[in-house]
Amino acid sequence: MTISKTVAALTAVAALTALAAFAATPSKKMPANSSGVVSISLPGDLGFAFKPGPGSNLANSLCLSCHSEAYVATQPPFNKAAWTAEIVKMRNVYGAKISDDQVAPLADYLTSNYGTP
Amino acid sequence: MLHSSRRDFLAATAAAAAGFTPLAADAAKIVKGVFANGDRPLVAFPQKRPLMVLTPRPPQLETPFEIFDDGVLTPNDAFFVRWHLAGIPTTVDAAKHRIKVGGLVDHPLSLSLADLKKYEAVEVLAVNQCSGNSRGFFTPRVPGGEWQNGAMGNARWKGARLQDILAKAGVGAGAKQVQFHGLEGPVFPETPAFRKSLDVGMATSNPDIIVAYEMNGAPMPLLNGYPVRLIVPGWFATYWVKMLSEITVLDHVDDNFWMKTAYRIPATPNASVAPTDKGYATVPINKMVVRSFITNLKDGATLKAGNHIVRGIAFDGGSGIHAVQLSTDGGTTWTSTPLEADYGPYSFRRWHAYIALQSGTQLTLACRAQANDGSMQVVTPIWNPSGYQRSSIETYKVSVA
Ligand code: HEC
Repeated sequence: MTISKTVAALTAVAALTALAAFAATPSKKMPANSSGVVSISLPGDLGFAFKPGPGSNLANSLCLSCHSEAYVATQPPFNKAAWTAEIVKMRNVYGAKISDDQVAPLADYLTSNYGTP
Repeated sequence: MLHSSRRDFLAATAAAAAGFTPLAADAAKIVKGVFANGDRPLVAFPQKRPLMVLTPRPPQLETPFEIFDDGVLTPNDAFFVRWHLAGIPTTVDAAKHRIKVGGLVDHPLSLSLADLKKYEAVEVLAVNQCSGNSRGFFTPRVPGGEWQNGAMGNARWKGARLQDILAKAGVGAGAKQVQFHGLEGPVFPETPAFRKSLDVGMATSNPDIIVAYEMNGAPMPLLNGYPVRLIVPGWFATYWVKMLSEITVLDHVDDNFWMKTAYRIPATPNASVAPTDKGYATVPINKMVVRSFITNLKDGATLKAGNHIVRGIAFDGGSGIHAVQLSTDGGTTWTSTPLEADYGPYSFRRWHAYIALQSGTQLTLACRAQANDGSMQVVTPIWNPSGYQRSSIETYKVSVA
């Protein structure tokens, strides 16, 4: 016996203002059936996006395949050395495809938009 | 950045949100940050009530702290969520799910959920806490998931004992560790797959480690690991592998990235080092450290003069809570508080105390717990570069109106 149940994500972003809109709605109860199919839809990036500006094209093309921009935006305001270390970690540890000459412009972009000099 | 003004961002957002009904802007709720870049939108993910979003992809959702005041168990729809890799199956057929038991065993197994339920069922109340819970409070700050204190929860888990499964498979001579892997996968093949291991002695002798198919009397939410999750009571959540699909007995100490490089703590007292320290030895993070919190008021609260009840929780790495003390003078003097019902050594232990507040005063409340193994919370916050196992005494400034 298979019970198929699709639980849609209950929220979406209405990108109406400079601040994205986030909705808080009550969740739906799931049936207690442990032999069933559970299917959910994840809500994407919820409006988290790289700040526009010089270098954002690099961040958009190199930093969004594995996770949303929120991983960057929620970090403390790192200095350039710390952002450089993050970029190098993404490449060396997780396999991000970043060439040597892209590291410095990316670090500049992250430091000026998400960091402290 | 919570921002989407450019045309291409709008397009990207619309695509990502396809199939969802946009809701009005006035429904927006943001939990204000208590450290830099700490604001968190409250969003209800599937099977979840609105939780604080650290990252939507992969989902990392924090439990708003006031929920811990509601009861000793954390409801499934309020339980925190933390995935490493964005390749999470969004459809799981429990009837087709299998757990492969292999490696250095006499009889490899492929267990369905029905097979799992043929083993003796056991239940345990246990706290599941992220290794990096409270990372955002580290000073100086460190990279990682920037949680406040809500990357934890307490649930009643039901399942089969890991040791019974391993006994059935027959662990071979020379086994060193048992490795666990779930359906979570990387986006790029270069990203190391998420695998965690326990020493074979622990895996075969600890009767409280279970492969759980129930959480608080119901199937667990998909985002908490449906249909089966490894439960390692007393140990940090990194070992509680979600959507468990492989149990592999190793003849060596696991040297995969998530054991050898990530999730390691300094082999120093309290896992603490100075930011300038280098070259110290590390060990895989393991047992949780004793902690306690007040659950019915926040740091910076304003209260009315008069009598108040202060409620809280405490837990440790599995020895159980011996005592919780409350201070109303910032930690100079301490008074023992009555502990509430005991749900076993791995559970939250609730406590409460009554305090009388005089109008016009300001005070600093603090709580500290001592575990049955003698360990006690420390005053000075620890520091390590990964932001693991924060556990120092919490303080709460209160103004009396
Ligand atoms: C190949 C996949 C991949 C790409 C591409 C990638 N990341 Fe990551 N990133 C990860 C993973 C995996 C984690 C989280 C690991 C975990 O959960 O512990 C992460 C985490 C982070 C974090 C959190 C802090 C930390 O060190 O864990 C930051 C910040 C970050 N990434 C920034 C970036 C930036 C900036 C880029 C673009 C230069 C980028 N990432 C591109 C895989 C990737």
